[in-house]
Amino acid sequence: MRVAIVTFPGSNCDYDLYKCVQLVGGKPEFRWHRDAELGDVDVVMLPGGFSYGDYLRAGAIATMSPIMDAVKAFAGSGGPVLGICNGFQSLCESGLLPGALLRNRSLLFAGQDVLLRVENTSSIFTQEYEAGQILRMPIAHAEGNYHADDETLDLLEGEGRVLFRYTDTEGEAVDSANPNGSARSIAGILNEAGNVMGLMPHPERAVEPILGSVDGLSVFKSLLSHLAPLGAV
Amino acid sequence: MSRFRLEIRVIPRPGLLDPEGKAIQSALGSLDYEQVHEVRVGKLLYLDVEAASAEEARDGADAMCRRLLANPVTEDFEIDVREAAEEAVSA
Repeated sequence: MRVAIVTFPGSNCDYDLYKCVQLVGGKPEFRWHRDAELGDVDVVMLPGGFSYGDYLRAGAIATMSPIMDAVKAFAGSGGPVLGICNGFQSLCESGLLPGALLRNRSLLFAGQDVLLRVENTSSIFTQEYEAGQILRMPIAHAEGNYHADDETLDLLEGEGRVLFRYTDTEGEAVDSANPNGSARSIAGILNEAGNVMGLMPHPERAVEPILGSVDGLSVFKSLLSHLAPLGAV
Repeated sequence: MSRFRLEIRVIPRPGLLDPEGKAIQSALGSLDYEQVHEVRVGKLLYLDVEAASAEEARDGADAMCRRLLANPVTEDFEIDVREAAEEAVSA
């Protein structure tokens, strides 16, 4: 699994992703925001951070980078694209995912562990999870409040494109377990074609016991499982 | 070609949760300004541009808002166009 990790000015989770891809046996390569080509890779990952200082809107200016034309073309041809945190914001800003991420309803930066329920295990990003499995992962964001109109939210739910939801320890998506005010407690979604995922929590920061959780590993293992039959591992 | 000063206001959609506006409303309430029913916080951008006409300047700004300056999912925008005064141009 050859993975292009795109570094923007202000990305700060790019090395975490690099290490994480290595951990599951993949081959990570960095791409710079000014690059025009992704090269011969199987997966593209947009890391967390504060690209361009979050100026204008989080993730907005990153979508104007030369590399994003290549990312859009890669996604358009069915290539798997994973956006985490700021990467999720950029995927929404670029139109590769529906909706937008607003300021947390608390107005505060939220840096904490959250619990997530896996909503759909048939996607290429979640197939190594069990349905309804409860995961622990960290979040670290000020703009993670997922917003879309009701029609879009209904569509996402109806098509099984809500992949993760914030829940309590019982696996209930109660308001008190929603760390940022996201509509319907949505933490991660899939595009219509099923090859682009964005999520606010950080699976790459939950991959070794010393980090307090290994619950994020299966996102990367799922991609491996998806690519293995295609001879790309 | 003339110089124009564009004033662009980007405002969160009505009905959209605006936590910053809510916090400011609550702060105004604590100063006893209870007549304030709603506060919404947006962005104000000034752009100095060259264009053949005010219409061309406005059309350009409209495209900029749709492509970058405003998020069509969450924000509306308003554009005012003024011809820039000479001293403002040189300043």
